[in-house]
Amino acid sequence: MALQDICCYLDTLLGAPWNSSSSLSLPFGTEHTDLYSTTSDQKNFFSGTPLERCGGSPLRFFLPPPQIRGQFGKASSFLSNSSPTSSAVARPFPLSHGTTTLGFAFQGGVIAAADTRASCAGLIACPAAHKIQPIHSHLVVTTSGSAADCMLWERILAREIRLYQLRHRRKLSVTGAAKLLSLMLHPFKGTDVCVATTLCGWDRETAEGDEGRTQQDPISSSYNGTSSQAVSDLNQIRPKATAVGRTGPKVCYVCSDGLMLNEDLISVGSGSPYAYSVLDDGWRWKMSVDEAVSLAREAVYRATHRDAYSGNNVDLFHITAHGWSRREREDVKEEYYREKERVWYDRLQIKLQFYAEHVLKFED
Amino acid sequence: MEYLIGIQGPDFVLVAADNVAASSIIQMKHDYDKMFKLSEKILLLCVGEAGDTVQFAEYIQKNVQLYKMRNGYELSPAAAANFTRKNLADYLRSRTPYHVNLLLAGHDETDGPSLYYMDYLSALAKAPFAAHGYGAFLTLSILDRYYRPDLTREEAVDLLKKCLEELNKRFILNLPSFTVRLIDKDGIHDMERLPLGPQ
Repeated sequence: MALQDICCYLDTLLGAPWNSSSSLSLPFGTEHTDLYSTTSDQKNFFSGTPLERCGGSPLRFFLPPPQIRGQFGKASSFLSNSSPTSSAVARPFPLSHGTTTLGFAFQGGVIAAADTRASCAGLIACPAAHKIQPIHSHLVVTTSGSAADCMLWERILAREIRLYQLRHRRKLSVTGAAKLLSLMLHPFKGTDVCVATTLCGWDRETAEGDEGRTQQDPISSSYNGTSSQAVSDLNQIRPKATAVGRTGPKVCYVCSDGLMLNEDLISVGSGSPYAYSVLDDGWRWKMSVDEAVSLAREAVYRATHRDAYSGNNVDLFHITAHGWSRREREDVKEEYYREKERVWYDRLQIKLQFYAEHVLKFED
Repeated sequence: MEYLIGIQGPDFVLVAADNVAASSIIQMKHDYDKMFKLSEKILLLCVGEAGDTVQFAEYIQKNVQLYKMRNGYELSPAAAANFTRKNLADYLRSRTPYHVNLLLAGHDETDGPSLYYMDYLSALAKAPFAAHGYGAFLTLSILDRYYRPDLTREEAVDLLKKCLEELNKRFILNLPSFTVRLIDKDGIHDMERLPLGPQ
């Protein structure tokens, strides 16, 4: 095929090793260390096509030139005497990443919300981006940082989760997926990879059941909605036992610095301080679904109002034990005009009341 | 921004760490545990750069556990501290140095309690009391003044409270709560989280 020829794609029927079971079971880290050793890969490193550099396998992807992390983790490029192509590629323009994404868990599931503006310094590159991507039926990822990096790492995460599911016949938990992503991102610490994601999902009970977890059973069963009595036991604050429980709503933050946090309420991006203040005021574990949805929408709306790099629309996903469902995208412009009218109407009421109380009295 | 403190007594070690996980100006988590259990009687307290702390501490943790699996007995705190230092030193002049500051606290049957101070340049020192972070500037002199080698457990907790009160008074950042743990011959004991607000 013409495209294959142009890309110098190796014919897989010739027995390239990438589709053999042995290479599939290689942990991710070994591919990284291979490139730094003096193997045949090294020869292709500077001169070969991107595919040749990976040893002919589409599953191993090309790592950037080795960088030394200076003191305090700042990246400095490693200048090799042998080839001029080994210096770090200069960026054509300064990368900036503005967004507002948030995710929180409550008794009715997990809400993931984000704006839809993809900005690049002062330009709105895309007013209708998708910052929330579903990975599988019970896991959704909100992305912020560099859009290209996020797209790539989302796909890598989806691939690894699917492979895990095929190998072990169960879905990886949200914390497990977050840990996996964090470990995969660690070799790139100090480079320009900029990914800050929130994994929002629902952990389901495994087929084997949880025999040994008598303490957590009454609480975990409540998440399946089977016991209405258990729901009334849930306090204002989320019961602490469920923080390490196997099932239920989960929100995890992973960033390319290596930080991984398990928390009920996370907001990421340039608009996150504004969103946090609205969320902290309104979040309760016992919220209803409608309250949670309107809180998330309000938080993103307020952040888009104040943050120049967030705006356009609000995307909202709701994840429950039955999977994720997507709300229709809403334009923040509508909310802004609605609020303006509301404020105008309220002020009119106050004026009329004042008139009625003070002016009309004298006339009587 | 982060704060660690350790106080060694005649037969115990008291350690505390703050609970804040921050990202630039935002406190993302208020109940983050910075202590890693290396074995039944050894705790590693780890602060520093965002991903490095967990990565390095978990690496040490798993290796100490591997030692126990292979050999049938646990590493002593001194051995664990030196192992940690060696690893940190090896990574220091590699492409990927770990920028972490550590306190290692443990209790040994033969040597008794011990507290080790380690910084990101992998300098290791056994000390009767130690602290990491900006808060250390404010609290080390309190420890210098009031520490005695024969402190009882209650006195050690009082000394810790004194340090935390000073932080509350003079440290510019808000550190609302601290995880406190005590290690003695019976293992690691969780003590109640110390609040830092006005009493």
